Amino acid sequence: MARLLPVGRAVLWSLAAAAAVVSVVRYARGLGAVTHLSDRFPWGLWVGFDILCGVALAAGGFTMAATVHVLHNERYRPLLRPAIVTGFLGYLLVVAALLVDLGRPYRIWHPLIMWNPHSVMFEVAWCVMLYTLVLALEFGTMVLERLGWTTLLSIARVSLPPLVVAGVILSTLHQSSLGSLFLIVPGKLHPLWYTPLLPVLFFLSAVAVGPAMVTVEAAASARAFRRPLEAPLLADLGRAMAVVLTLYLGVRVVDLVLRDVLPLVTPTTVEGALFIAEVGGGVVAPLVLLALPTAHRPGTVVASSALAVAGVVLNRLNVAITGMRAGTGAAYVPSWMEVVVTLGIVSAGVLAYLWIAEHLPVFAAPAEERAGG
Amino acid sequence: MALTRRQFLHLVAASALGVAVLSPARPASARRRSGPAVGLLVDVARCIGCRSCEMACKRYHGFPERESADLSPTAWTVVRSRSLDRPRPHLILGEGGAGQRTYKVQCMHCVEPACASACPVAALRKTPEGPVVYEAGRCLGCRYCMLACPFQVPRFEWDRPLPRIQKCNLCAERLARGDRPACVEACPVQALQIGPRDAILSEAARRIAETPDRYVPAIYGAEEAGGTSWLYVSDVPFEELGFPVVVREPLPAYTWKALGKVPALVITVGATLSALEFFLRRRADLNGGVR
Repeated sequence: MARLLPVGRAVLWSLAAAAAVVSVVRYARGLGAVTHLSDRFPWGLWVGFDILCGVALAAGGFTMAATVHVLHNERYRPLLRPAIVTGFLGYLLVVAALLVDLGRPYRIWHPLIMWNPHSVMFEVAWCVMLYTLVLALEFGTMVLERLGWTTLLSIARVSLPPLVVAGVILSTLHQSSLGSLFLIVPGKLHPLWYTPLLPVLFFLSAVAVGPAMVTVEAAASARAFRRPLEAPLLADLGRAMAVVLTLYLGVRVVDLVLRDVLPLVTPTTVEGALFIAEVGGGVVAPLVLLALPTAHRPGTVVASSALAVAGVVLNRLNVAITGMRAGTGAAYVPSWMEVVVTLGIVSAGVLAYLWIAEHLPVFAAPAEERAGG
Repeated sequence: MALTRRQFLHLVAASALGVAVLSPARPASARRRSGPAVGLLVDVARCIGCRSCEMACKRYHGFPERESADLSPTAWTVVRSRSLDRPRPHLILGEGGAGQRTYKVQCMHCVEPACASACPVAALRKTPEGPVVYEAGRCLGCRYCMLACPFQVPRFEWDRPLPRIQKCNLCAERLARGDRPACVEACPVQALQIGPRDAILSEAARRIAETPDRYVPAIYGAEEAGGTSWLYVSDVPFEELGFPVVVREPLPAYTWKALGKVPALVITVGATLSALEFFLRRRADLNGGVR
């Protein structure tokens, strides 16, 4: 059983329930009744956090799947399943958030038959739908194992590599396209964040945050389920993250220099200060930690991973909210009900993860512990 | 937005050649065009702020006939007024109207609309005749069109459980039967005019050329966002009137630069990963790996 206090679970359940209540109000009285969104500021916390961060933080799924199934790096297999579970839950939560945020949620399937190939949103919609299906199939092998359906399981095992390749392609596309969404607002998004390289930066940061999320999650499960931390693996994850973060930082800095906007990096403006917090705290700080002689210690890797995760969250919020305030002339601050829905959706995700970890062979090597539960 | 005299002369020359010169064929839209696309002119120097256009729009579309402060789901066009820092006599109202200018705002009906390229389900589309129209039955309510619009025009029904996007449709059904839009019909001082877009551009350029001491040498909408159906001339600089400064390249081109690379990306990533998978699996098998 997870070592999570009953109080903790009660809090998670209450938040999820509160989010459900707010959703009911939203469906009864419209988005205006529960959000601070406006015609000048049509996207807020739900798009910025629940959707943009949700997708980015679920990147552990495709990065670990690629490492194990494409690069055949078997060492990472113990970390694969937790990453797939988080990825799958992450995308389900993104869909849940969309169902609250969309004006007409019951038409969420429309992009399947109503096409506009010139729309970035159309591409994102297709990729997210297909990738959620891929994750469901990858997750399905765990269910089949638990049920002991060996014939289906062997079919699933054979079909995994092509499925994973498809998943990586789809992830590459939509992780970057979430950045491309903002290419159409050159006049609205602050120049610290608006760059033609938005898709590249969104993709690179998603790849960097993949191992970071897997690390944070491994540390959290180690505490919750009293499992040992695999120190050598974590050290390697830290190294992988450092490589991608360095590349990301390089592209980011060169981009700022070439676009001649470095002078905007100043703590005297809201944008400048949040940019410094984002890049300083979320990219430079973890890189410094990982360059120290203590970089191999699990504590260091976990701390730098947590910083990188926070950095990606801040980046997505800066693009969707901070960077859009001046250009749109709107002063958006999320309402408490928007915050409740966001917290409730995250809580539901944690509860679902705990349930899955207790009932499916997530941490077990395949074929071992099959009877456990 | 404010053109230099040289740019302006170029524009006058180009406007004679028509819209094709201003916005050469680009991927997002405006490919086939049956007849000449419509253009509309707002002469800010002539507008007396009577709001007849606003009321006519509301009456025709069945919206409550009250003055609106801003565009809304039931106000597809509104008349904005702006106090001037340096008063100057109004063309029609004279000294009495020197302290301010008024002008109508509405959907600009871009030649290559950002909203239509943004919409995942093509609920918004540019018709060959000119209007950018909305088909509520397709719309998901994702509001990406609102984000994309450089003029911040589309409105959302925030207080409805099942909301729609709302914006001016240029009275597309009236245009189709040969009538003018309700607002243009209502203007008592001919501040609003309609015609083929290239003819309207020429008319705007003509007014500026013939009375250069009255009009500022700029046509708002000639190049904004790649060109719009609604065009504005004014005797007060557009910056002073609070017109948004908008990029000149059509906005769909910005996202297309990324989106157009998708097929090549799929092939490259797919082929690389498949090759990697194949060779690394063989190596693992040869090394007696634990697969």
